[in-house]
Amino acid sequence: MFFDPNIFFEQLVSVDYIKGAALSVAVAIVALILATVIGFFMAIGRTAKQPYLRAPAHFYVWFFRAIPALLVLLIMWNALPQMIPALRADWFSPFIAASVGLGLVEAAFMSEIIRSALLSVDDGQALAGRALGMSPAKVMIKVVLPQAIRIALPPTGNEFIGLIKYSSLASVISLRELLTTAQVGVNITFRYAEYYAAAIVYYLVIVTILSFLQNRLEKKFAWTSKTAKVKKTAEPVVATQVGIS
Amino acid sequence: MTTQAVLQVRDLHKTYNGNQVLKGVEFDINKGQVKAVLGPSGSGKSTMLRLMALLEPADSGEILLKGSRIGSREHKGKVLHLPERALAIQRQEVGMVFQRFNLFPHLSAERNVMLGLTSVKGISHHEARAQAREMLQKVGLDNRADHYPSELSGGQQQRVAIARALVMNPSVMLFDEPTSALDPELVGEVLEVMENLAESGMTMIVVTHEVRFARRVANQVTLFDGGVIVEQAEPEQFFENPQHERTRKFLSHVH
Repeated sequence: MFFDPNIFFEQLVSVDYIKGAALSVAVAIVALILATVIGFFMAIGRTAKQPYLRAPAHFYVWFFRAIPALLVLLIMWNALPQMIPALRADWFSPFIAASVGLGLVEAAFMSEIIRSALLSVDDGQALAGRALGMSPAKVMIKVVLPQAIRIALPPTGNEFIGLIKYSSLASVISLRELLTTAQVGVNITFRYAEYYAAAIVYYLVIVTILSFLQNRLEKKFAWTSKTAKVKKTAEPVVATQVGIS
Repeated sequence: MTTQAVLQVRDLHKTYNGNQVLKGVEFDINKGQVKAVLGPSGSGKSTMLRLMALLEPADSGEILLKGSRIGSREHKGKVLHLPERALAIQRQEVGMVFQRFNLFPHLSAERNVMLGLTSVKGISHHEARAQAREMLQKVGLDNRADHYPSELSGGQQQRVAIARALVMNPSVMLFDEPTSALDPELVGEVLEVMENLAESGMTMIVVTHEVRFARRVANQVTLFDGGVIVEQAEPEQFFENPQHERTRKFLSHVH
């Protein structure tokens, strides 16, 4: 039994694989958004002076860095609905369980990335913002965060790619993402090489696109007048951004 | 009409890690006055500026802006530091220029100057931009409005920083060694901007090592040492006929 290109290409363009890939990306996106939001507040908590803010943030990071993501998914899907009746309803799908579960775990890692990014911004920046009369929230949003994001971007790209791969763990809670799609196909046909190869191609394509997007995003944070000139054509958009404040 | 005190400092004390930096500083500056503050490093002069800019709380003593107390208040005989939000409002009255410029690297020169107007004063983008342009013109940088800090020389960055503080229309401008981080050939352009500002009637406190600037532009020169003010006099007397031995010694080192 050699590698049959026909089976490979058939799978490559099949609806199942496209759906599976889309599901993997969707889980990763939702998880990353959740992780960034939770991670930001945990990072704030961990850098705070007040012990009542530090302790819970510290606990969260400690807890979710220690627990395997697979175990968290199993708890999300099997244990929680047993304990919480509301989660037995139809809306609690494997997709939600996987996104939230991975998001909770990832938040612990994102909080460390965000924390180090926030700490890397020069103290003089917040000082200058405060000296202008900016409130603490304004200093964070207008001065510190834009600079921290630039530093957090490359490691966050790494985490995103990691999440795409971690989404395959969701096969244990019957989510038909990319790898599960391949596995299901293999179980029926026993064409291991062709089905796995198709999965490899999808992962490669996804990560290639992501790297390209990350690259473009990083260029936006170059902070030179060259990008400023490009922005000029979109001046009204930039104007409202500042205007809202 | 008598001259009006813009900023008054009464018996200011500050200790860092058991190290007494300010030991009862008394200080007045009237409207339109330019005060140069000299002194060796570690004498507490920069700390005094930070306290006056309300960037750090004093341990004791009070700061009055146009006669009213800022930064703290007294309640039943106890001194209470104001919360950060209240301080933020009072800080608008005091412009601060830092030794290392502290421009926002992610914003163009123009947006650096605009940020205080849009995010603190709530002025529209359009109006803020017009004011920023005007202010950049004052410091001779209207042709660099689109440049980012990394694309400007140190002298240009410091001039943008001055414009950024000035556009908030403060009652007093504080300069914390504004030329110390500059290459020697860039010092002149910054001092020139400051001199123009002094001539336009701005009230200024300038912590500096530029003795020539102090002599030419200031109305009053102060020597800070060991957390207290040693000598305070008009430039002529300060440099030609200082009253204190400590001042004479200091001047012999810097001349």
